[in-house]
Amino acid sequence: MIEFISQPWHWAVAGVAFAVVVFLMTWLGRMFGISSIYRNFCAMAGAGKKYAYFDVNLKDERWRLVFVLGIIVGGYLAAHYLASPGPVDISPKTVAHLHEWNIDATEGDGFLPVSLFNYSNWYGVLLAIIGGFLVGFGTRYADGCTSGHAITGLSHLQVQSLIAVIGFFIGGLIMTWLILPLLIG
Amino acid sequence: MRLAAFFLVGIFFGIVATKSEVISWFRIHEMFRFESFHMYGVIGSAVVSSAIVLALMKSFNIKTLDGKAVSYKVKPMQVRRFLIGGSIFGLGWGLIGACPGPMFTMLGHGFLIFIVVIFSAIVGAFAYGALRDRLPH
Repeated sequence: MIEFISQPWHWAVAGVAFAVVVFLMTWLGRMFGISSIYRNFCAMAGAGKKYAYFDVNLKDERWRLVFVLGIIVGGYLAAHYLASPGPVDISPKTVAHLHEWNIDATEGDGFLPVSLFNYSNWYGVLLAIIGGFLVGFGTRYADGCTSGHAITGLSHLQVQSLIAVIGFFIGGLIMTWLILPLLIG
Repeated sequence: MRLAAFFLVGIFFGIVATKSEVISWFRIHEMFRFESFHMYGVIGSAVVSSAIVLALMKSFNIKTLDGKAVSYKVKPMQVRRFLIGGSIFGLGWGLIGACPGPMFTMLGHGFLIFIVVIFSAIVGAFAYGALRDRLPH
């Protein structure tokens, strides 16, 4: 059984599994969304005293904190007990292209280019800081991320979320094709 | 009790995000280069099957645990907000290769660089909250 689950999941199986998350969240009376947690962390640190945006009813947001703690534990369990037999199977074209950037697609079991993103590489840490900032700023600006907009919003047939997802791709394409080649190419 | 349920759903999400490989920097890079169908397949099937589940819950009037009908809190239509904010998030997604949920999954995997990424995302959220009145929405 464990061996069966430990294989990489087919995209269709993965999609249905995400729908199970959406169902459970909806049934538990909440809308599936993660990026609000960053706003909540600011609120927990007292930012609500200075900026009204962080005036959040934290008691009503406890579920999200617990959910996120669960995500960390889930990541730990998946990495330690359900790890795939080999690294993530990236397309040969992407592998060849990254090879030109001196990045090996099997780094970090195919999850992260650890030769770049590690604490002994100041440049990688700088990029991690910039990347994190853009994600935190952008998801709050857009009022949602991949979970809140791309999955929950789109499955509720929201045009608002479709616009946001188009934005996600505009930014992602600009980064991948125009900026990353300058940064790490 | 309800909180424990959210914790379990979180664990399930962490496992699904890992086994579907959507947390992989390489998968995201590959997606934006249009060199694999995988990510499109995952997101597409997630949206389609979630839409079916929600439509069934609505049409068969399946109530939530609190006995309420399935509803969605519609976000006000602010095109610039979604487009500009979404693009900024996209820049970050393409750079660090993880969206907000997967950042925590990657931390659980032991990729400790995500401590910095998550902290920086909190600073980013703070910057938005501080500047929001001056940003186009």
